[in-house]
Amino acid sequence: MPADTANTGYRGVWVFIEQVGGEVAPVSWELLGAGRQLADALGVELAGVLLGQGVAGLVTEAWAYGADKVYLVEDPVLGPYRTAPYARALVQLVKEYKPEILLLGATSLGRDLSGAVATSLGTGLTADCTSLTIDPETRLLEQTRPAFGGNVMATILCRRHRPQMATVRPRVMPMPSRQEDRRGELVRVDMAFNEAEARAEVIEIIEEKNKAIYLDRAEIIVAGGRGVGSKENFRLLEELAGVLGGTLGASRAAVEAGWLPPEYQVGQTGTTVRPKVYFAIGISGAIQHLVGMQGADVIVAVNNDPQAPIFKIATYGIVGDFREVVPALTAEFHRQLAPGPG
Amino acid sequence: MLQMVVCVKQVPDTAEVRIDPRTNTLVRAGVPAIINPFDAHAVEAAVRLKEKYGGRVTALSMGPLQAEEVLRRALGMGADRAILLTDRAFAGSDTLATSYILARAIEALSRETPVDLVFCGKQAIDGDTAQVGPGIATRLGFTQLTYCMAIDAVDLEQGYIQVQRKLEGKREIIRGRLPALLTVVKDLNELSYLSLPALIRAALATITTWNKDNLDLDPAQIGLKGSPTSVRRIFAPPARPGGEIIPGEPRAAAATLVARLVQMKIIADK
Repeated sequence: MPADTANTGYRGVWVFIEQVGGEVAPVSWELLGAGRQLADALGVELAGVLLGQGVAGLVTEAWAYGADKVYLVEDPVLGPYRTAPYARALVQLVKEYKPEILLLGATSLGRDLSGAVATSLGTGLTADCTSLTIDPETRLLEQTRPAFGGNVMATILCRRHRPQMATVRPRVMPMPSRQEDRRGELVRVDMAFNEAEARAEVIEIIEEKNKAIYLDRAEIIVAGGRGVGSKENFRLLEELAGVLGGTLGASRAAVEAGWLPPEYQVGQTGTTVRPKVYFAIGISGAIQHLVGMQGADVIVAVNNDPQAPIFKIATYGIVGDFREVVPALTAEFHRQLAPGPG
Repeated sequence: MLQMVVCVKQVPDTAEVRIDPRTNTLVRAGVPAIINPFDAHAVEAAVRLKEKYGGRVTALSMGPLQAEEVLRRALGMGADRAILLTDRAFAGSDTLATSYILARAIEALSRETPVDLVFCGKQAIDGDTAQVGPGIATRLGFTQLTYCMAIDAVDLEQGYIQVQRKLEGKREIIRGRLPALLTVVKDLNELSYLSLPALIRAALATITTWNKDNLDLDPAQIGLKGSPTSVRRIFAPPARPGGEIIPGEPRAAAATLVARLVQMKIIADK
């Protein structure tokens, strides 16, 4: 069973490159960007770990996003994602090559895998980090995440165990720029797998067509909260989103009232978003909501309560009845964005 | 006959936690302790499987004595017995240590009758880590099936369970070998109403408590000592600069704001 791992001999920063059917989850590239900074601060190598079948073509992509090295394990058993063989492969790689830091995306796959891997390795795992830095004196990874409902931030350390493992939600770290001709090293690792160890068989993966909203990738979000008052009133928000080519969003209160389905929820129990502009309409600004949207470049708040906490963090605020303000915004955008002179 | 264990956690109702607008601090006074909402759906799922296939549901919780309350809730929902893992030595356990203690308890239950299925909520609303379920599955060597939104079939003879997992914009239908550990999302079921006789039975039921000595635990793996992660510091979230209120009547304010945004080229001029 897990005991303290000797820290010595553990070196380098690793990022798990999550792919399904050859398609890489963008958070993996974001993590290579964050991992690059950590590796540079430590003066060590940044490596990507790529598991799958027929995924060797992605290696150059990992180099282009900043990996110095890519560990590649390919096997038919790793074709569809199943926890057990993925966890075993990652654990085996860690034990053999000993990275000091291992980062994964806080996606459903990343959370499924990281929990299993950290347990097997007997090491610490910090979920949903919003900031990762290196303490120059101790070389420890400072893992900061929201705690107690997001009201406080907590910096977590994993002092004696290696690797220091953390997950980061999509869109929390900026996407690094892609360096077309950047090349690195490829380490192909052969491991033997058998289908029985997967313990599971994927029968089918069904795309949820009606749920194809990509809040986490939206550039403009028009979100409504309790103050919107009814499902019908969301039509006003929809019109504003429409003129901007944006996406609707909702606070937990609006989702619990049944005005929008749960996949629209922004915040701690919903999606973390990082749009260029976030319109918060009738959202008072509970901390659980703020932690999910304060990464927006610009926040516009509309609320009839001048004391609403949302105004403290909004770039721009308009105090007033959203039923007047939102249609006025829609009309103004329509006018000012219209093609032609003026 | 399915032997099932459901792990439940008592959490503060974070939906009730509010910010004091004047002091900008979290108001926790009077915040009720509840069963972690995802865990309630896990109990419901196990009880429904029992009704369909026969079997036994054991609710398991680790926490202080007052966590008994969530176990009574599980009993009221139809669990057959409840065990509370409580010991001062468990305090300060992070997710690694917690999954160790829970897994040891499930192993103890398995020595009585082998456990076929373990249920957990997808995550607890206070910590939001989603780590304890995978931790238990890994320690027990059970098939790990996270984010279950439907249970299609259980076949004890063939030894498998088929579930639907909720992924980003996708649904995965997967068949896993028993024994298995499922973490569940709210889509899995609607909670049944609790009947009065069931609630009375639950209120009067005896809850077994186990401490560290009942479980033959390695002291190096529990509590603070068994937790690789530690909190270095806590601090208030950094304030975001801004807070400019655009004055004027709705239309005038809207015009000013839109002009600003267009000027910033954040919203593209088509």
